[in-house]
Amino acid sequence: MAVTTVPVAAPPAAPAERERPRRRTSPTATVLLLLGAAYCLLPVLWVVIASTKSASELFNTFTFTPSVHLFDNIAFLSDYRDGLYWRWMVNSGIFAGVGAAASTLVSAMAGFALAKYDFRGKALAFNLVLAGVLVPSVILAVPQYLLLAKVGMTNTYWSVLLPSMISPYGIYLCRIFAAATVPNEVLEAARMDGAGDWRAFVRVALPMMRSGLVTVFLFQFVAIWNNYMLPFIMLGDDRLFPVTVGLSGLLNQGATQPAMYTSVVTGALLSIVPLVVLFLTLQRYWRVDLGAGAVKA
Amino acid sequence: MASTSRRRAGAPYLFLTPALVLFAAFLAAPIGYAVYLSLRRVRVSGLGLGKGARTEVWAGLTNYARSLTDPEFVPSVLRVGAYGLIVVPVMLGLALVLALLLDAGRTRVGTFTRTAIFLPYAVPAVIASLLWGFLYLPRVSPIVDVLGGVGITAPDALSSSWVLYAVANIAIWGGTGFNMIVLYTALRAIPTDLFEAARIDGASDIQIALRIKVPVIGPSLVMTFLFSLIATLQVFAEPMTLRPLSNTISTTWTPLMKVYRDAFVRNDIYAAAATSVIIAAATFVLSYGFLKLVGSRAFSQEN
Repeated sequence: MAVTTVPVAAPPAAPAERERPRRRTSPTATVLLLLGAAYCLLPVLWVVIASTKSASELFNTFTFTPSVHLFDNIAFLSDYRDGLYWRWMVNSGIFAGVGAAASTLVSAMAGFALAKYDFRGKALAFNLVLAGVLVPSVILAVPQYLLLAKVGMTNTYWSVLLPSMISPYGIYLCRIFAAATVPNEVLEAARMDGAGDWRAFVRVALPMMRSGLVTVFLFQFVAIWNNYMLPFIMLGDDRLFPVTVGLSGLLNQGATQPAMYTSVVTGALLSIVPLVVLFLTLQRYWRVDLGAGAVKA
Repeated sequence: MASTSRRRAGAPYLFLTPALVLFAAFLAAPIGYAVYLSLRRVRVSGLGLGKGARTEVWAGLTNYARSLTDPEFVPSVLRVGAYGLIVVPVMLGLALVLALLLDAGRTRVGTFTRTAIFLPYAVPAVIASLLWGFLYLPRVSPIVDVLGGVGITAPDALSSSWVLYAVANIAIWGGTGFNMIVLYTALRAIPTDLFEAARIDGASDIQIALRIKVPVIGPSLVMTFLFSLIATLQVFAEPMTLRPLSNTISTTWTPLMKVYRDAFVRNDIYAAAATSVIIAAATFVLSYGFLKLVGSRAFSQEN
């Protein structure tokens, strides 16, 4: 997996960090930053503590008093309809993993073509990409559903995977990465050596764009993992649900069976663990400079 | 074997093919289909029973007229407008201030706070709404406990007068960290010599931030504003998730929720299509107009 072989060079989107001179610390800055951190950690801290509470404690003990029922809650959630919750987690992993990998490859190919070739229709293709960035994808979900229903593809993995594979913003970023990291001379040299265009792309351009591609992959992975409306509309069978749709359905049941709330809270905690791990281990890639394209102009 | 020139002529199209096919199938076709549906309606003949009694015919602009005059449409648009006026400035303001504080490098808690503030980006909007939804419940909310301790009865966050702020808070919580990282990345890219001279001349950190750093990262601010605006107009997951916890969120609370209700609850795909087209057009006009307004060279074509 490309993710484990971290390249030595810094990601192209990340500029060389300037030397940070030793400066006097400011208590005001420290306090403000800690306040921001406290605000952001509060709900996370709450869900960690709340998932240790039993159903009777959830609404009746002080909010931040932990209890001892975490493993009971996880076991109860895992038993719910033969481990349906874990199916949701696996589904989220499939949607986000496969969707992001495919989207990254599609974006890399398109971005490479737009950055490194001159051809008829190039301006049109690029303008289509830009227009695509401005179209809110969520608004497409209903017509996408109606079209896929005509070919009988709704309520399948494909109905969520295929629309997730096109990312105009990913193409836009890949074009910037290809232009910035793949020198024309290197491509020329590869052609001189008899490499075809595809070989030059796979063997020369992709490795050079690698750290940028990891960023595009992570962006798309999070976007798909977090997506709610598309799977919510496309899928009817709850065995195909990703964890977002599954948990919101479980919350709906809580209105009539309050005991479900404990499972909802525990499920919420477990569902954020994979992304938090992904974040903490790959922090160096979260540095995309959205203004990069504009700064260069 | 093809000659070099021939090989190069066809190659870019092959590289673009997967993107173009997916673009056509899942962006262009749905937009076209939505526009088509928005101009159609069902005509019922007789009692509407039997085959052929219901036929689809051209409807002109009646679906648009129906959407725009729907008594629930205008309030949902105004609600999202108010929501956007809260979320976008507060979220980007916080993100900018926090990014500048981190960049000034005058604290020892930089790495910890940066990670902590970025963390909500890892939490899907549905899960974030769920967590905050519970924290808003008077029986769970620590704020109610704290205020109760000093004798103040806290307002119910999910009551009709507060629910807009409650939803806005979830979006601000979820989006600040991501925007902060984007702006921080841009700040780190500023060459030191741009402001070292000002510092030697005695300029304060705040002066340097306002006069030098903020203008330099202008393009990044434009992009974060644009993406925040687009995200705001399509708010859906947060109110949908909060609905089971609150009876103050109607099924048409935001325009997108109305699209969902029309399409799947009322089976009126024609009204849903018309509303979708209106939202998409409004988003496009607003974001395009914004880019023109700031005269930005964001999305530049540098070659």
